[in-house]
Amino acid sequence: MSQLPTYSKAQLNVLVLLRMLIGWHLLYEGISKLWNPGWSSAGYLMDSNWLLGGIFQAMAGSSALVAVADAITIWGLILIGLALMLGIFTRYAAIGGMLLVGLFYLSHPPLIGTHYAMPAEGSSLLVNKNLIEVAALAVVLVFPTSHLIGLEGLLAKMRAQPAAQLAVEERETELEQAS
Amino acid sequence: MASLNRRDLLKGLAGLPFLGALGLGALAKNHYDKDIKNQILKELNIEAATPPMPGISSETVRLGIIGFGIRGRQLTRALGYADKDWLSRMEEAARKNPKDTRLKDYLAQDPLNVRITAVCDVFDVKAEEAIAAGTTSDNQPKRYRTYQELIDSSDVDAVIIATPDHWHAPMAIAAANAGKHVYVEKCMTHKIGETYELYDAVKRSGIVFQVGHQHRQTQSFITARDIIEKGVLGHISLIQTNTNRNSDNGAWQYTIHEKASPQTIDWMQFLGNAPEIPFNKEHFFRWRKWWAYGTGLTGDLLTHDYDRINCLLEMGLPASIVASGGVYTHRDGREVPDVYQVVMEYPEYFKGSSQEPGKEKGMTFMYSATLGNQYPGRGTLLMGHDGTMELGNSLTVYPDARSTRYADMLKAGTIKPDVPLYAYSPNAKGVDGVTSATAAYFANKGLLYTYRDGKRVDSTHIHIREWLSGIRDGSKVSCGIEEGFQEAMSSHMGTLAFRTGRRVEWDFANNRIKDLDTYPIEELNLA
Repeated sequence: MSQLPTYSKAQLNVLVLLRMLIGWHLLYEGISKLWNPGWSSAGYLMDSNWLLGGIFQAMAGSSALVAVADAITIWGLILIGLALMLGIFTRYAAIGGMLLVGLFYLSHPPLIGTHYAMPAEGSSLLVNKNLIEVAALAVVLVFPTSHLIGLEGLLAKMRAQPAAQLAVEERETELEQAS
Repeated sequence: MASLNRRDLLKGLAGLPFLGALGLGALAKNHYDKDIKNQILKELNIEAATPPMPGISSETVRLGIIGFGIRGRQLTRALGYADKDWLSRMEEAARKNPKDTRLKDYLAQDPLNVRITAVCDVFDVKAEEAIAAGTTSDNQPKRYRTYQELIDSSDVDAVIIATPDHWHAPMAIAAANAGKHVYVEKCMTHKIGETYELYDAVKRSGIVFQVGHQHRQTQSFITARDIIEKGVLGHISLIQTNTNRNSDNGAWQYTIHEKASPQTIDWMQFLGNAPEIPFNKEHFFRWRKWWAYGTGLTGDLLTHDYDRINCLLEMGLPASIVASGGVYTHRDGREVPDVYQVVMEYPEYFKGSSQEPGKEKGMTFMYSATLGNQYPGRGTLLMGHDGTMELGNSLTVYPDARSTRYADMLKAGTIKPDVPLYAYSPNAKGVDGVTSATAAYFANKGLLYTYRDGKRVDSTHIHIREWLSGIRDGSKVSCGIEEGFQEAMSSHMGTLAFRTGRRVEWDFANNRIKDLDTYPIEELNLA
């Protein structure tokens, strides 16, 4: 974090917009699950396929593990969404989001010959919207913007304020003396 | 700190307006969804309460098992006495597929405090297997060579009859006359005359009598009854039920045991009241294919669908039945049809209406079956003026586009004809592992399992448990002799209609089939 990047105005706007949209999407996914008393990850886990299918299906067989998976999904999505939108802990939020959405992808990869009970959104082959969201979160991770637009920047400024203020005053005094 | 400028604050708190917009949007959507849900629930007033499990007392019931074939084995398992072969197969299945919870569900079953003291099967191999299944550290069932000896034994309080259909009534009548309680598989009887005899024997003896229609214990059916009573569907004019199977096993082409021979099978006892023919392995193991022993699609599968609806509507016997079909998919010498359609008329059926009095009355019950196709999309449909119910282990109700009751809600867009008005899934929080297409078919008919307190339970287990409760404390059973009489008689009417090509009518005043003396029932072995 020693060297925080700077961007052109257009770059910054697009990157912040991306961060907000992903945050919005994940936050609402979490809230809607929280508000739906009938929601459970069990069906999704049971329906999983490919490499991690066995693990996910075994998890679905245990009500205790399903409860843990439900809590992680709901609160993971809500906290990650909030962090991305507010611009705080975004580095961790981006990594957490990549892991969570990455698991969604791995449980239901659109491979040739795999079929799922859950209806898919659109048509996908290997690449689906989950995978693209993982990549978008990678962009959020490597092009951080919270120090410019977000609580992280504000907090940093609040901490740096006294020193920065002093520097400005010193410079003004210098100028006055020089004139 | 004082000199943080406005610009810094705007940049730092840029997420807040987005968050606010999302919060407002989410609240509005939640409110909208809840509002619609409340409006619908208020209108429907459906209760999906789970009944308590029938109690188990300290009194041990001593049981005799007559018939240890496919169904006998399943019933014994529902009693808590699974055979070793099944247990080892289920262990293997659970290892291979974590979705397969059959063993786990079985082990979670409550013990029913029963003892299998007697078994009877005319095939030595099955009798030995039944003894092995019922044996515990302090009890070994005794094998009886004849059912009469088993029924007369002082070690037997009650019997479970899972024999070929032509033996159901003679055994159940003998048991009732001996004061032994009876659980008998469907079809309750095989012939018309014995249906009356069994009815009288049960009424006279006062035994606890249950017919094996275990779907009556399924939660979705209990909810469905409430939905119908509250007039959610309006006047029901048509019911569509069906069977779709497409396998040799589903067409009763069961395996012939390698040890079957005249030495290991008491052939004359198997025949009983059936026409005498020489020893025939195929008739013994695949008895469902012949009228002499079985009741075909009518008694074997229509009875399930008939009773599923009768337990909801209590519509009783139909005024008339027509039937047609043929042997179109398994032309292997069988007598009973494998494609079969039945239409039952109930011109007097009426349970309330949302329209002006007198406009609606009467209903048709339709059953359609093929053993040559397994399309899963033909659900059981109850079609009313105000809505349609799709009934299985879960149930879904759709409002009708031209409903009177929901006209305002449809107009306001609160409900839509293509969106379920009500959906009930007992397992919304859990997971189902159904292992095959056939299992899915049975599960969806509510015949395999149901849910109690969030746990998956074999519905047969609850059905038998209810019967045992009745034996212990006299509590009521769900499918007693009245329901059994209707199930069996409607089945015989269906068979008679199919085999004679006539429209068979019921004489309600005299409690008999109209003009029965004009039918060749002796010749058809239906007397």
